[in-house]
Order: sequence, then C-alpha cells, then structure tokens
Amino acid sequence: MSAAWTIDSVREALAAKKISARELAADFYKRIGQRNEELNAFLTLSEERAYAQADRMDALVAAGKPLPAMAGVPIAIKDVISTRGVRTTCGSKILENYIPPYDATAVERLEAAGAVILGKTNCDEFAMGSSNENSAYGAVRNPEATDRVPGGSSGGSAAAVAAGIAVAALGTDTGGSIRQPGSFCGIPAMMGSYGRVSRYGLIAFASSLDRIGPLATNARDVAAVMGVIAGRDMNDSTSTTAPVPDYRAAIEKPVKGLRIGIPKEYFGAGMDDGVRKKIEAGIEVLKKLGCDLREIRMAHTDYAIATYYIIATAEASSNLARYDGVRYGLRVEDDSLLAMYRKTRGAGFGAEVKRRIVLGTYVLSAGYYDAYYLKGQKVRALIAQDFRDAFTKVDVIVTPTSPVPAFKLGERTDDPLQMYLADIYTVTGSLAGVPGISVPCGKICGKLPVGLQIFGPAFGEASVLQLAHAFEQAGGGSV
Amino acid sequence: MKISREDVERVAELAYLDLTEAELETYRTQIDEILEYIGKLNELDTAGVEPMAQVLADDQSADATLREDVVIPCDVAAEILKQAPDPEAPYFRVPKVIER
Repeated sequence: MSAAWTIDSVREALAAKKISARELAADFYKRIGQRNEELNAFLTLSEERAYAQADRMDALVAAGKPLPAMAGVPIAIKDVISTRGVRTTCGSKILENYIPPYDATAVERLEAAGAVILGKTNCDEFAMGSSNENSAYGAVRNPEATDRVPGGSSGGSAAAVAAGIAVAALGTDTGGSIRQPGSFCGIPAMMGSYGRVSRYGLIAFASSLDRIGPLATNARDVAAVMGVIAGRDMNDSTSTTAPVPDYRAAIEKPVKGLRIGIPKEYFGAGMDDGVRKKIEAGIEVLKKLGCDLREIRMAHTDYAIATYYIIATAEASSNLARYDGVRYGLRVEDDSLLAMYRKTRGAGFGAEVKRRIVLGTYVLSAGYYDAYYLKGQKVRALIAQDFRDAFTKVDVIVTPTSPVPAFKLGERTDDPLQMYLADIYTVTGSLAGVPGISVPCGKICGKLPVGLQIFGPAFGEASVLQLAHAFEQAGGGSV
Repeated sequence: MKISREDVERVAELAYLDLTEAELETYRTQIDEILEYIGKLNELDTAGVEPMAQVLADDQSADATLREDVVIPCDVAAEILKQAPDPEAPYFRVPKVIER
C-alpha cells in the first residue's frame, strides 16, 4: 500500500478498485494506533462516522457512479471545529464532554465532497498558543523531531498530516495557528482571506481574526480542500459572496514575471541564522522561476504583535464569557449563581486562557479602552494599509513564516511574551485579513523544517496557491 | 509598573474568574511585562486614523448579507438540553439568583 496518499491518488485507487474506502479508513486507523500514543495528535476518533461515510463511497464505486472531489480521503479536524455527535473539547477541560449538535459548515462541505472524517486533533486550549503545549490534554510532539513542539495552535492537525496519519486536515488560524505549525512540521498550510471560508461551527476565539483553513502534504491538495470549503454560507454573515475560482486549475499557471515583494522588516533581529539561510535559498528558487523580485517596505510590521495581543485578547474575553456552567460544559457547583460562574471558569480554563481573559478584560475596561483597545484598532488600520499599499506594487509578498524553527518542548512555556513573539511574521496578515500560506523551504541541518510564507491581496488565494505550487515543483521544499 | 495586584483582582471580578493567590501574582507580573511591550504602540501618531474593528469586503456589509426572514424548522431543544450540566426540560436550571 502506498506510503504517502494524496487526494488524487486516493480517488484514483478507489475508482480503479485497488482499495476500498473502508480498507483505506481502517489502514489509517491502524497507523493512528501505531503513532498516536507518541505524537498525541488525535484527541477523539470518529470511527463510526468515518466507516459510514467510507461505505457510502464504496457504494458509489460499486454502482459505477462518479466519485466526488474528496471521495474517501481521510481527513482530520481540529478540535475547535464543531462535529455533530463527535466530542469537541477545544483542548479545554471546560468542554471535556461537549458533543456538538451540529456540524461546522466546513466539515459539512468536506463530507458532502466525500471526505472521511477520521477524528479530532489536539490543539492549544481555545486555539490560544504557538506550541500546542497549552492543551489540557497534553502536548503534541513534532513528528520531524519528537523532542520538539509541532507549533500551534493547530499542532495536532499539522503533526497528523506530517506523520501520514491523515491525508489532509482542517486547522484554524487567528494569528498564525495554521501557518506556523505547518512551517514547524514541514507541510503546506493555508489561511484564506477573512470571509473566504465560513466560520459557522468554529468555536470562537477572536471573531474578527479567526479563519478555518487546510493543511496537506502538497499545494495541490491544499488548493483542492480550499476549493471545497470556501464560499458564501448563509449561517455566517461575514462569509463573502465573491465567486470561488477553480484553485486546482489556477495553480498550474506559470509564475514567470509574477511581481514578488520582499519586505525588509521581516528579516530583522531575532531571526534564526538557519532560517535566514533557507529563506534566502528559497528566494533564489523564486528568481530561477523568472519571478520579478522587489524589496518593499511595510513600516508598521514591528507593531503587529502588540496590536494583535490587544485585539485578540479583547475579543477572546468577550467570546469566552459564554462558558458559564449553565448551557454546556463543566459546572462547579455553588449555592450562589455568581460564585458558580467564578468557580466553574476558574477550574475549567487553563493558565494561558485565564491570562488572556484577564488581559483582554483589562484592555476593554473603563479607563483603559482608549489607551489600549482603540489604539490597537487604529494601528491595525495602519497595518492593513501597509498591505494595501504593497499590493499596488507587487502581486504577492514573500517572507519567512516563523523567525525560528520548532523549539524544544518546555523551552518557552515560562515566558508568555517570548512565546507570543514566535508569531511575529504571521500576525500581520491576520490583522490585515489577507490570505497566506506557509510552504516547506528546506530543513536546517536536514532535520528542522523551515516555512516560506506567501501573502496575497484579499481574495487573491489563486496567486498565493499558484506560487506555492510552482515553488514546490521547482524543489523549493528541499533547498 | 503598568498593572497592580488590585487591577488584576478587579478585572478577574469583571470576568467572573476565580484566581488563586499564586495565579494573581504570576499574571500580574506577566501581564505587566506584556503591557510594557504593548506600550510601544505609543511611538505611533494615530491621530486621524479610523479604528479598524472588522475586515469586511464590499459585499459583506450588513445590508448586503441580510437574508429573507423565514421560519426554518429547528427541533433541537432536547438535544441541546442534553449538553447542560443541570437541565430540567425545557429549562436550564441555575442556583438561586434572587434572595428574598
């Protein structure tokens, strides 16, 4: 049996009756059984649902009917995305036994396209973290170097795909939570523009930033998943009616002459030397592809982390008010309602979530709102303007995804600010609402993956994917 | 010092969050450091800059996204109550709120 499946190879193998969807699902559960104890990538497996879907695909094959785009493809779903009848914890004790009564739109669309949902992947609690060490269910290990973190917060999704125990996965990205773990685990990982993919059923962290997106083993599969999950959804008023292009067709276009901006501000102090060398080698590949590289300036880059941690924590403090021990999740009993709220939330949330609720409540509180929250919103506008200005001169922007490769487990857990700074190159695009992808760009000493990030203008996913694919085909992944 | 212990206590009260003595002190120190870092935003003159609350494309304005107000059958009450820590159909039960 093939070691590395892709969306196309699964579909072709099913159509040619080389394997059944049920056999394939069983094979993936066997692999999960072998690897998950060490990696801790999956929190919950959804075998019943997976086999029922596999049988539907096998019935289509038996009847000689056409197979949908993702027929039989084993997929993992990050545990902040709702799955009907399948436990969804958000990596938190407060939702330890929560079983959603409905599916997120992205999950519903994947299943309608034939995908087989294997289970739910580990993540930082409520997607708050950059190393997956903030999960209430234990850290995830990086399959490329098991003494290191997989990145976060979609660490379980990235580790599952990188370890070959899922063909693709959904993650969520609020400040870098898809792209950074993609970079740390050596796989392509993408967030579309804000509004490109419905957030219905995504359990909210910071609503003006949260996005669902795919992680896979190659750019073509990322494009395929994006094509399935993107598009207007009546259940999310922020999802756009802009038509969804055929991303799989778009990525085949040549990139010769594509104008690429390289912002000086993304190559500053704090960047690991090994990362710098790989990104420089990656940029050489882009030159050989005939792209038109230009140095650009994005003046407000250095203010992005500060802005992000005001806005994201403010929105989080509001969104997480819903965990009150009344309608779902944990309740710690007390005779008084308010004491019940306090005890439930104090016991149910982990350290990072509490820290962010305190910070977010503080920046929104009377007397501090203007100095912090309003100031943050204004700087956010300046950061978004940097992107708009840049895209009048170039088609896409290329940067490193992270200033550092995967760090060791436990190395940064005592210093939240240092952990936040790991997102320095990803939060900019989150604040601006533009699409971004991380693609593999070699490994430091042949061991630690480096990611090259490509940003496009809002709803310019096709150009982003096109360059990611060309870079991959030109050997960018092994510079 | 940007944030005092009393500030953290007040904010935790606003957020209905029980914090231990150790948490209060740790968070005060860490959040103080984060606020110190956030202070760099004051280097920027933002007078006249419109605050950005949301990223929205042209078609995402409220007017463009309103759908027809039609009733859709949604018989999920029993399933939703099953998730509650202390349900009493058709209600969620909570500790006594009003003292007589």
